[in-house]
Amino acid sequence: MASAAAVLLVAAGVAVAAVVTASPTIRTTSQFVAGTPEAGVTVELDTTVYFPATTPAPAVLLAHGFGGSKADLDSEARSLAEHGYVVLAYTARGFGRSGGLIHLDAPSYEVADAGMLISYLATLPQVVKDAPGDPRVGVAGSSYGGGLALLLAANDKRVDALGADITWNDLSQALFPNAAGGQPGVFKKLWAGELFASASGRKGGACGRFAPELCAVYQQAASTGEPDASILSLLKASSPAGVLSRITAPTLLSQGEQDSLFPLEQAGANARGIAANGTPVKVIWRSGGHDGGTSTSDLVQYLQGWFDPVLLHRGRADASFDITVPGSGISAATGRTVSQSLQVDRGYSSGRFQRVGVVGPAQTIYAPAGGSPAAVTSVPGLGGLLSTAATATGSPNLTAITGQVAMFASQPLPASLLVAGSSTATLRVTAHDATDATLFASVHHVATDGTDTLPAGLVAPIRLTGLTPGVARTVTVTLPGVVRNLPAGDRLVLVVATTDLAYQLPSQPRSYTIAMAGSTVDVATIDGRIIRAGQPWIWLLTGLAAMAILILGALVAAVRRGRRRRRTVLADLSSVPVAMESLVKEYGDGYRAVDDVSFRVERGQVVGLLGPNGAGKTTTLRMLMGLIRPTSGTVRVFGELVEAGAPVLSRIGAFIEGPGLLPHLSGRENLRLFWAATGRPSQDAELDTALEIAGLGESVDRRVKTFSHGMRQRLAIAQAMLGLPEVLVLDEPTNGLDPLQIAEMREVLRRYAATGRTVVISSHLLAEVEQTCSHVVVMHNGKLVAVGSVAEIAGVGGVQLAVKNPQQAQEILAAAGVDSQTVPARRSLEDIFIQMVGADE
Amino acid sequence: MTEHPANAPRPLGHPAPTRRGVHDKLNQLAEVHDNGFRPERTLRLRVEFVRQLRRRRTQLTVIVLLALPVIIALAFQVSSSTGSSGAAREGSSGGSRSAPALVTLATTGATNFTLFTEFASAGFLLVVIVALFCGDTVASEASWSSLRYLLAIPVPRARLLRQKLTVALSLSFGANLLLPAWAYLIGGAFFGWAPGQSPLGGTFTTGVGLQRLLVVVCYVSAQSLLVAALAFLLSVLTDAPLGAVGGATMLVVVSNILDSITALDPYRQFLPTHFQYSWLDALGQSIVWDDMMRGTGLVLVYSAVFFALAWWRFQKKDILS
Repeated sequence: MASAAAVLLVAAGVAVAAVVTASPTIRTTSQFVAGTPEAGVTVELDTTVYFPATTPAPAVLLAHGFGGSKADLDSEARSLAEHGYVVLAYTARGFGRSGGLIHLDAPSYEVADAGMLISYLATLPQVVKDAPGDPRVGVAGSSYGGGLALLLAANDKRVDALGADITWNDLSQALFPNAAGGQPGVFKKLWAGELFASASGRKGGACGRFAPELCAVYQQAASTGEPDASILSLLKASSPAGVLSRITAPTLLSQGEQDSLFPLEQAGANARGIAANGTPVKVIWRSGGHDGGTSTSDLVQYLQGWFDPVLLHRGRADASFDITVPGSGISAATGRTVSQSLQVDRGYSSGRFQRVGVVGPAQTIYAPAGGSPAAVTSVPGLGGLLSTAATATGSPNLTAITGQVAMFASQPLPASLLVAGSSTATLRVTAHDATDATLFASVHHVATDGTDTLPAGLVAPIRLTGLTPGVARTVTVTLPGVVRNLPAGDRLVLVVATTDLAYQLPSQPRSYTIAMAGSTVDVATIDGRIIRAGQPWIWLLTGLAAMAILILGALVAAVRRGRRRRRTVLADLSSVPVAMESLVKEYGDGYRAVDDVSFRVERGQVVGLLGPNGAGKTTTLRMLMGLIRPTSGTVRVFGELVEAGAPVLSRIGAFIEGPGLLPHLSGRENLRLFWAATGRPSQDAELDTALEIAGLGESVDRRVKTFSHGMRQRLAIAQAMLGLPEVLVLDEPTNGLDPLQIAEMREVLRRYAATGRTVVISSHLLAEVEQTCSHVVVMHNGKLVAVGSVAEIAGVGGVQLAVKNPQQAQEILAAAGVDSQTVPARRSLEDIFIQMVGADE
Repeated sequence: MTEHPANAPRPLGHPAPTRRGVHDKLNQLAEVHDNGFRPERTLRLRVEFVRQLRRRRTQLTVIVLLALPVIIALAFQVSSSTGSSGAAREGSSGGSRSAPALVTLATTGATNFTLFTEFASAGFLLVVIVALFCGDTVASEASWSSLRYLLAIPVPRARLLRQKLTVALSLSFGANLLLPAWAYLIGGAFFGWAPGQSPLGGTFTTGVGLQRLLVVVCYVSAQSLLVAALAFLLSVLTDAPLGAVGGATMLVVVSNILDSITALDPYRQFLPTHFQYSWLDALGQSIVWDDMMRGTGLVLVYSAVFFALAWWRFQKKDILS
């Protein structure tokens, strides 16, 4: 057993190892490829090509994120190459070992570079081509790389499929968001600074490797917080927003649900723009994002399956919509809540709004001078960690500072609600001492126990200009896009705040009055179901069918056994207790434990099965009891063929190869339970007789565990005699008995046989058999040596006279006229036995 | 050889093990009539229940099952009285509300305490207990040699397995039922009878909470059929009870280990224990039956195969123990 399990373990280990390390050899070549010249100087791009095991194959162009390099893409590239693509990973200009300066995915620089890389792929013989100079190629990347993928697909018709992860639609909207729509809004200063530093920091100098004109407009915007026309036009050029209609390649857009840099709306805008002219778009809202620890591997996992139909099989791209719902499942490993994926029934455009009433009086809120203290919602790269940590340690809630927030709460929700996407609300904003307003709207969730959370730490900045102090303006605000499952009983709270640490805030003190215009929040929701292919019913039906087959099979087998049994009675043997016919038991290794044994036992006989250890006595008795199946030959008891469970076995009481008692029960309970197991009437048990034969006295009520070997032996013999069966089979019954008990046993057996019952005992003790048995069957090496009555076997013919001096006796007899001759003394069974079996020893 | 020691004078104070009464009784015995044997009456369930219930291991199992919820409840009480809400610090990242785990909700009332106890014991304790009941049942008879005496009665082999399996499964399901029922009482006594809270948010009324508990207990019981079938098969194959119980437990552990390797997708879902915890789907606002249907179907298929193998093997087996 242990070895079988060990084998299984090893096999499982090998299987795992095989799956985990199954990597066909990937060949890579690294080289510099010429990109677009910049200021008259050639720019070399650092590239690595990963070749799969079989070529030609379609290609995938992989672009990295901002501040990264092709080295970040290595594991993803290998994974795609193992999947059968030629992968070109490269470092964008301005980063790593590539030359040139950063132009922020500008069409004439970075996008043109990527176009040249596609041309380079077209020169490789390992890449499948759709036309000369047009390789079959997909392009993919996260963030900065994703933006490039979109812009490249819009500018280069050779792109056959693209995957863009956590990227932007409109950079000016991403960096200067305005939830009230219209003009550019509030400067996202923490993120902008973080990004600028991540690209410029390594080179040193104020601008690092940024192109000078880009650097200048950034610095202008960052110092004032106001975007001017020059930066807006630069950002527009680097945004897919204006060119989406030119994208014809099937598109996969994945966006992180924890992303305060490029929130879900950015992907939404891309999806709508691309889908508008009939291009298939698949949208995934995944966990993570720029705030939630992100990596390209998340993208590759989706890409692999999604690219295949387009690039490998020229089929249709999947255009479904998957969203990840945090806290919608429970981890089996930890018992904590985890995210689960929903597939939305009707694609990306299937969102709808559910109106939830919120109430609250008009509230006047204040913006502090210098914008401090400011609410902390999300910090670049950390997301809401900071505010969560503060909440957990019992500090005041950092996401909402008293005096700075207006709150409008809903009633407890009557039913659970899946918030998915950007909800909207209409507010009336009155500025008291300024003509512009900077506000931050968000929707908090308040659980029944009062726990207040801001989903994903996202807020929607609002910037209003041209206000008349004291006069209210009605604005419709697009609230942050989030995915959360709200259980029934929770409440929504619309929060409008004056500060947020991540954004550029006005430096003068302000006060605003905020009121609800419609007393409702239109909550974005979606109908979806958990993704998993296949019908669960089929599994259940298969299981039930398997069980039905099992039960049916058992019934059929039972019926067939019953039929066969009825045919097996031989009437003319019905009074012969035991008849064995050419019985053979051969084991798998060819060893014959019993070899062609035939004998009969008649009523009233005490038959001794005699033979040395290993002669096959016990095997014969086991076959007699139907415990083991003869290789050939038959055993009949009262004419009925013996096989496993043959009813005729109930007429035999057996003691075979030692006792089999339940150690935790007393001797008496053992006998009682054994009899109960036979299902026969309890008055037939003759329990007292059996107990008396066992002769255990008081000990019979002790646990069998405490019995000596001899006591167990006697109890087991008593068990065999329960119900005083017609045939009593005892295997080595006198082992472990003392001489007195042996003598008693002998007498019991003799009297037992005298009642017309039959006793079969086996023994290797000759004296034993000689004294107890009327008949004897001698076995040796599995073969029958002799059968007959003890008298026959021993050759006893009449009375013998033994004399001390035979010669003298003969002389006397001769003198008396009696003729005489000497014969050997009467032979004992022992002599005969030794003579019989000794031949081959 | 005419002299019999039985007839010889015997020293005083050493009575014969067999009294004369027996000899007389034997002398008076009549011819044998129909012995009243009916195969369908052998090893009736009551008898087999007595055989199993009288065993120390059955009694110990019950004691463990009764003690476990009390120990867990005491542990919660000790940890809550020593202060520091460990739960609050286990908050997740990303500004979402700290993910409530089953463990943090355990002390809210009887329903959640029961859920946690079930969660804590379904993976191993209940597996071992079911493996014990079903794996030990035939193998221990073989190891005591009592199996051959049962078969010599003769209890038909198919019937022997059926009766033993019925009793073993009853005990297993009894354990599966006893634990949550007792945990519910203990949870109520320690932490009150507040309605259940879902880790996914929201609360259940007491009635709905009990319904959900029932679904959970039924599904966990159905899942334990797999362990039962596997242990029973091993019990038939081996004469060592430890081998059957340990083997079944080990194979479940191996299946769990393989199940944790995501690289094995999509074959992982066919691992016998893949849907072991799908009852967690019953804790949401509405019950998601999909995986529970899959899990039940999978377990039924595996169990049918294991049971079929067990019966087939036992029918042909030479009983050498």
